[in-house]
Amino acid sequence: MLLFVLSADFSVIKPDLGLILWTSVFFILFWVLIGKFSFGPIARALKAREDDIQGALDEAKNARDEMANLKAENEKILAEARQERAAIIKEANDIKSTMIKEAKEKAKDEAQRIVTNAKLEIENEKKAALVQVKNEVGAMATEIAEKVLRKQLVTDAEHNTYVNQLVDEIKLN
Amino acid sequence: MQLRTFLTTILILTAGAVFADHGDDHKSSDQTQTHQQNGHDHNHDHDTSHDHGEEGHGDAHHDDCGGHHGDTFDPGATAFHHIADANVYSIGPLQIPLPCILYNKESGFDIFMSSKFGFDRLGHGDGHYAYKGYVLDGGTVKLVADANFPKEKVEIKGIRHDEDANAYVCLGDNEYPTYAKSTADFGLFGGGITPFYDFSITKNVVSMFIVFMFCLWLFLKVARAYKDRQGKAPKGVQSLIEPVFLFIQDEVCKPFLGDKYMRYQPFIMSLFFFILGLNLFGQIPFFGGSNVTGNLAFTCVLAIFAFLVTNLSGNKHYWEHIFWMPGVPAWVKTILTPVEVLGVFIKPLTLMLRLFANITAGHMVIIIFVSLIFIFSQNGANAIGGWGTVIPSGLLSLFMMSIELLVAFIQAFVFAILTASYIGAAIEDHHHEEAH
Repeated sequence: MLLFVLSADFSVIKPDLGLILWTSVFFILFWVLIGKFSFGPIARALKAREDDIQGALDEAKNARDEMANLKAENEKILAEARQERAAIIKEANDIKSTMIKEAKEKAKDEAQRIVTNAKLEIENEKKAALVQVKNEVGAMATEIAEKVLRKQLVTDAEHNTYVNQLVDEIKLN
Repeated sequence: MQLRTFLTTILILTAGAVFADHGDDHKSSDQTQTHQQNGHDHNHDHDTSHDHGEEGHGDAHHDDCGGHHGDTFDPGATAFHHIADANVYSIGPLQIPLPCILYNKESGFDIFMSSKFGFDRLGHGDGHYAYKGYVLDGGTVKLVADANFPKEKVEIKGIRHDEDANAYVCLGDNEYPTYAKSTADFGLFGGGITPFYDFSITKNVVSMFIVFMFCLWLFLKVARAYKDRQGKAPKGVQSLIEPVFLFIQDEVCKPFLGDKYMRYQPFIMSLFFFILGLNLFGQIPFFGGSNVTGNLAFTCVLAIFAFLVTNLSGNKHYWEHIFWMPGVPAWVKTILTPVEVLGVFIKPLTLMLRLFANITAGHMVIIIFVSLIFIFSQNGANAIGGWGTVIPSGLLSLFMMSIELLVAFIQAFVFAILTASYIGAAIEDHHHEEAH
């Protein structure tokens, strides 16, 4: 026989003074001891950790933003550099073509000048040569005359033939 | 929130009606059982020894003063016995004596172990001895009301109960009436102040002590872990407690208490974890099965604390809303003020009754399911009926205990969240222009 028969006394609905006392004691102990030395510190530690995590996340976000800014700036600088490079190349090209053009013109002028000079020189040389020829001719004439004078020509015909012979000789020269 | 309170009140009233019906059932089943056992030897002494008149027809066990047990099985009484507080601690059938701290107006304080009553180590806490005028009746100490009763340790023949659950001590040829311990129900539920007060370390007190010490150890360990492992991820028992702690903090404390949650959080957490711990402790089979949170004394104390914390933190707006609701006509105020004043007391009252009713009902349902075995076996007479019920009863009990595990959390949570909402309403800064 396991179960003993009792009159039905629904005792749990009658608040026992002793149990009220002990419940108060244990609840106050629970509240004061565990509340003060555990719930408080745990809540504060959790709060600190939460702030830490939030701080770390914020920091990461800031770093990310900064990085993005930096990248944008870099790209801007790069774009600027590209633009500058293009401008420089263009300028160089311009300068080059100008220079070539100028050089061409200069060369042309120079050539013109050289040709002109050469022509002038040739003219001068020609004039000088003519003068020399004239002088030579004069000298030769004088020489011929001298030679004629030295040879005692008998006749006029002989004289003329000789003169013509001399003249031919000169021409041959 | 108002709707929830209303529904809860209806639930409690229904539960009360069920309890009342249950009492009737139990009486009638007693009668039928007695009818079945007509001719049994117990029916001899009842007509001769007591003058119960027309009431004496039933309850063979009530007349049983010889200390031998009746053959009827009363599931209601069994349930009441198992959910009751006791001056012995029971682990399975083993009864462990506990310290008794008793006071009566004549002899003052008496402190002794309940083993002085000489109860059976494998029994139900019925003392075979009276000691200093006290007896142990089903695990509960009672004071003999007669001044002629011997004060030294004497062997008693037994304890008889009448229809109203009054206990009579049989010593020699005499019967002595007894006083139950004083209770704070003001006679409302059949108790009241008697000349005898019991401040013993009872089964419930031991349970509270065990749960308190366990929680102290656990939470100090966790708090130390937070200190030692600062800036590291939680580990071990710390990560077991943290989600529960954060759940209460984020779902209960912060939404209701706002910025001042840190001030009230230890109180809310204490309520939650103390109730949860005791709810779960009471669910451990054979380990006392103490029904602390299903005892009105316990829930009453917690409700009083909730009441005190709420009303002592109440600000000007809170009291203004109770006594002189702003923004309504004067004649409405004459109706509103009494309602609001009543509400101040009804709120903790519902807290008290809700927890009590839920946990007590859960314990009782499990006991009744287990009792099915004894009901169907006709208390040992019908072996086939008994063995046949073992598996269905076990399954039902298993199902009920799973539900009770859930209820243990839900009720602790509900107590905490409602207390937080009451405190939150008391400390809230109202903005009248917007609210009305």
